Amino acid sequence: MSEMTETPTTVSDAEDARLAAFDALEAAGAAGQPQWLAQLRKSGIARFSEKGYPTIKDEDWRFTNVSVIADMDFAPSVAAEAVDAGYLDSLEGIEIPFQGLDCHKLVFLNGHFASHLSSVGTQDGVILSTLSEAITAHEDKVSARLGSRSKEDANGFAGLNDAFLSDGLFLHVARNVSLEKPVHVIHVGTVAGSVSHLRHLVEVETSAKATVVETHVSAVEGVYVTNSINEWFVGDNTQAEHVKVQDQSIESYHIARFYSDTGRDSHLAHHSIALGAAISRNDLRTCLAGEGQNCVLNGLYITRGKQVADHHMVVDHASPRCESHEYFNGILDDESKGIFHGRIHVRQIAQKTDAKQTSKNVLLSDSATANAKPQLEIYADDVKCTHGATIGQLDPQSIFYLRARGIGEKRARQMLVHGFAGEIVERIECEPVREELDTLVWDRLEDQSLA
Amino acid sequence: MLKIENLHAGVEGKDILKGLNLTINPGEVHAIMGPNGSGKSTLASVLAGREDYEISKGSVDYLGKDLLDMAAEERACEGVFLAFQYPVEIPGVNTTYFLRAAANAVRKYRGEDELDAVAFLKLVREKMNILELPESFLKRPVNAGFSGGEKKRNEIFQMAVLEPKLAVLDETDSGLDIDALRIVSEGVNKLKSKDNAQLVITHYQRLLDYIVPDFVHVLVDGRIVRSGGKELALQLEEKGYDWILDELSQPA
Repeated sequence: MSEMTETPTTVSDAEDARLAAFDALEAAGAAGQPQWLAQLRKSGIARFSEKGYPTIKDEDWRFTNVSVIADMDFAPSVAAEAVDAGYLDSLEGIEIPFQGLDCHKLVFLNGHFASHLSSVGTQDGVILSTLSEAITAHEDKVSARLGSRSKEDANGFAGLNDAFLSDGLFLHVARNVSLEKPVHVIHVGTVAGSVSHLRHLVEVETSAKATVVETHVSAVEGVYVTNSINEWFVGDNTQAEHVKVQDQSIESYHIARFYSDTGRDSHLAHHSIALGAAISRNDLRTCLAGEGQNCVLNGLYITRGKQVADHHMVVDHASPRCESHEYFNGILDDESKGIFHGRIHVRQIAQKTDAKQTSKNVLLSDSATANAKPQLEIYADDVKCTHGATIGQLDPQSIFYLRARGIGEKRARQMLVHGFAGEIVERIECEPVREELDTLVWDRLEDQSLA
Repeated sequence: MLKIENLHAGVEGKDILKGLNLTINPGEVHAIMGPNGSGKSTLASVLAGREDYEISKGSVDYLGKDLLDMAAEERACEGVFLAFQYPVEIPGVNTTYFLRAAANAVRKYRGEDELDAVAFLKLVREKMNILELPESFLKRPVNAGFSGGEKKRNEIFQMAVLEPKLAVLDETDSGLDIDALRIVSEGVNKLKSKDNAQLVITHYQRLLDYIVPDFVHVLVDGRIVRSGGKELALQLEEKGYDWILDELSQPA
C-alpha cells in the first residue's frame, strides 16, 4: 500500500471571506449585544474556522457535495439593508401555502423580520415574538436555551449559524397551555447572492401543546443560501408538531438543522417536505431524554432536474420505553438524487426501545438515484429496532391491479405516485395543513408530469 | 359470451396453455379445477390482460370482440373482472378514492355520467352490506395491512361495485377459513344473474359446495382434459387428480 498522504488543510477564499465578514459584524455594532450572545457567536466562528464547510470526505456528507456553496462568496444577509434590497410590499404573486390558515403569521425576508407582512396575536401563557425581540425582552429564557444544542455540533454550517444568526421565531408555551392557533413562519428569499442564517427557538413546557408550520419560498430566481436552525425544547407530557415545507427556487441552496430535546411521555412529530432548492440538506438531531415518549420523523421529497434532497438524522434513545419512527419517501425524476441517512443510537439505559426506520424511493427516470443508509447502534439488550429501505420503479403489480379495474395506465401511475406521497402527508396531525399539503403535493406531481 | 379457441400461451418462452378451448354463455357458472402448474392462473392472467404472457396461437372472442387485442383497462371497462389470487397492497391510496376512480372509468367508457361523491357513497354502502364489511373499510388504504380474508372480501366487494359481465375468480377460496369462505361465496352468488357469467378457478372442491357450478372442467398440462357437471368435482375430491392423470396415461 502506498504511503498515505494527508491532504493539507487549506482554507478556501470563501471561508476566509466568512471570517472577515465576522470581524466586520463584530466591528459593526454587534457590540451592543449581551455577553452570552457574543460568546455564542465567537464559539460559532471558532468552530467554523476549525471545521470549514463539510466535504464529501466527511462520512456524514458523502452523498451531498456542498463545495458549490463553499466556493461561492455569499454575502451574509446580516444588515437591515438586506431587507430593503429585497423589500416586498406584499406577498401577492408569491406562491406561499397555508395562506388561508387561521394562525399567527411571522414573515421573514432574507432572515429579517417583516412586521408589515406579519400578524401575530396573543394568548395567555404564550410568548410569541421574533428571536431578536426575545433576546431583549426575555433574555433569561433565551440565554438558557439558545445554542445549547448547536454549540455541541461539530459542523461548519452550525458554527456559521451561531456566528451570524440573524432572526427567527421565538415561541414559549407555558405549562398546561395549549397553543390555540398554529404558528406559521414564512421565509422568503428575495436577494440573489445572499445567505441568511435563520434561527428559531421553541420551548413547550410540561403538559402543553403547540404546532409550528415553517415555510421556505423564493421571490427571486437565482442562487442564494438558507442556513437555518431550529432548537426545540419539549417538556414532559407535551404534544408538539413541526411541519417544515421547503419550496425554494430550484437554483437556491437550503441547509437546515432541527435539534430537539424531549421529555418523558411527550409526543413530537417533525415533518420535512422538501420540494425545492438545488441542494437541500436537513439534519435532524433528536434526543429522547425522558421515558415513555413517542417521536415521529416523517419526510417527503419530490425532486427533478439535478436536485439533491438529503435527510440526515440521529435519533438518540437516552431513556427507556421510548418509540421513535422515521418514515421517509422520495419521488425522484430526471437526474435528481435523494439521500436518507438514519442513525439510531440506543443507549444502555434505554431498554424497551421501539425504533423503526423506513426509507422508500420511487425512481421515475433511469438517471435518478437514491441512497439509503440506515445505521443502528444498540447498547441495550431488550429493544426492538427495525429498518427497511426500498428503491425502485413503480410496482408493475400495483399498476396492473389498477388497470384490471378499468383505470388507464397513466392515471394508475399518477395514483400510485400520489399514494406514495400520501403515505407521508397523512401523518401530519394538523388537519388544515395536512389537507392543503395533500392538494399542493398532488398539483405539483401533475404539473411536473412526474407520473 | 366468451369463446376461447385453441389458446396457446406462455411466459418467458415456456408454454403453459397448450390448446385450450372453452365456451361460456350468459347466466352460466363454470369451474376450472386442476393440479398445481396445470395453467389455471395463467388462464386467469391471460383473460385479464397481464402483459408478461405471450400468446402464440389461438383466439378469445368476448361478446363479438377480440379480447386479446384489448388493453387490461379496456377489458375491465368492457365488463371483464379478475378477482386476484393475491390482491396487491397499495398503501397511501384510499379505498374509496380507488373504487370511485375505477367505477367512473368504467362509466365513462360506457358513455354514462360519472358518479359524484354522494351518489357513489350510496352505491358503495349498498354493496358493502352484501360482503358484511364495516364502514371503516372505505377509509383504509387499498388492501394495506388487510388479513387474507379481508383482501378476498375486498375483491368481491369491488366486483359488486363494478358489476362485470364476466367475472374470473382466481383461487378466491385459497387461504380462507370456513366463515370467510361462506361470506365470500354468498357475495358471489348474490351477484349472479341471467346476464352475467362466472368463471371460478380453484384447486379445492370445497368452494364448489358454496358456489355451485353448471359446468366443471379439469385442466391438466395446459389443456382441458375433461368436462362435466358439478358431480365431476365430487369425483375429483374423492379420487384425487391422480385418477384423471392415470386415465390419461392409458393408451386410448
